[in-house]
Amino acid sequence: MVEQSKATTLVSASNLTCIREERILFDELSFEITEGEIVQIEGPNGAGKTSLLRIIAGLSRPYAGQINFKGEDINRCRDEYNDELLYLGHLAGVKSELTAEENLNFNLRISGYDGFDTREILAKVNLSGFEEALAGHLSAGQHRRTALARLWHTNCKIWLLDEPFTAIDKKGVEELEHLFLAHAQRGGCVILTTHQDMSVIGDDILRKIRLDYRFV
Amino acid sequence: MKKGISYTQAFGTLLKRDLQIAVRHRGDIFNPLLFFVLVVTLFPLGIGPEPQVLTRVAPGIIWVAALLASMLSLERLFKADYVDGSLEQMLLSPQPLPLMVLAKVLAHWILTGVPLILVAPLLAVLLHLDTNSYGALIATLALGTPVLSLLGAIGVALTVGLRKGGVLLSLLILPLYIPVLIFATSAIDAAGMNLPYDGQLAIIGAMLIGSLTLAPFAIGASLRVSTN
Repeated sequence: MVEQSKATTLVSASNLTCIREERILFDELSFEITEGEIVQIEGPNGAGKTSLLRIIAGLSRPYAGQINFKGEDINRCRDEYNDELLYLGHLAGVKSELTAEENLNFNLRISGYDGFDTREILAKVNLSGFEEALAGHLSAGQHRRTALARLWHTNCKIWLLDEPFTAIDKKGVEELEHLFLAHAQRGGCVILTTHQDMSVIGDDILRKIRLDYRFV
Repeated sequence: MKKGISYTQAFGTLLKRDLQIAVRHRGDIFNPLLFFVLVVTLFPLGIGPEPQVLTRVAPGIIWVAALLASMLSLERLFKADYVDGSLEQMLLSPQPLPLMVLAKVLAHWILTGVPLILVAPLLAVLLHLDTNSYGALIATLALGTPVLSLLGAIGVALTVGLRKGGVLLSLLILPLYIPVLIFATSAIDAAGMNLPYDGQLAIIGAMLIGSLTLAPFAIGASLRVSTN
């Protein structure tokens, strides 16, 4: 693991409380995530994993507490934060009316990138030959891969991934794990939720934040 | 990997994508237009074909139909993006949100507002609209329909997270549409009587400038609330 003292803190949460449908999902939750860390948020269904990720991304507001990016409240530095943030939620954000290539091209351009080769990137997620296929006609796994392709062309430091392995085959999961490791070594951080066991990323590297289902 | 997209390019990218999707989903463009044409053609059947009567009510019929057609098409503005997660990505993109929102509203107006403006003169013939009024009709529609799209988008942004937001949407935005309707029909009436109508046009123009500058911020804020 990277020495905590040297690495800078990218994201930190202080005293987060989240209430959904009059149920407390978590309260007084605090953590710090530094460069080079891979963090898995684990817990049973309904424990608030997705809610936590959305709060970290700044999509939802917590009932109490705040998220800091490099020490500053994300609501005050949203532009800088969004520039370093790559969030892939449950919903892939892939338009079924557009082809895989058009989707990737749009996603990358809207994130500010220019001068990239979409075919080359799609080849990395095994979508060669499907560039012209409408995303609506792709299989669930290929649909997901279209969204995940962005991970191969980004210099965002903070990756927030909600169930990234859904519908992805074993080989694809391994490739993703290698990509996460490489990203962490470059000084980024990955925060993900998944119910699958990871084979490449060992328990010594993976840090876990556990959320439990609460009845109050 | 360089980051080199200007605001104009980002705006253009989003505009192009929305138009592209609409072209592949042609029904979405024709639905409001068909509604507009049907409503207007049914009126002479309902109230009788006397030219005097029709000339009198033509501005009102055309504008009310245009207003309802525009409202009918509004719900689609953010719904698909909300359902497939593109909206979240838009909220988290490093580009300024009001700019992105403006691109979406412009795309919506090109797809629903512009066809209305193009068909309106044809329907005006059907309703015996006074020949002096054609200029005013086109001018008020050209200035007024963007206002309808912009104000309506605020309502849509507020209700996009609701499962059945349709009724609420109408209640929210119809009151905001009324000033546009009043000044637009009054301008067409004035033109029919050979009176100057620049005053009414100027007011609609002011509403357009006002909503063009302020609505994108309101829409952006509403979207953040809706996705919370």
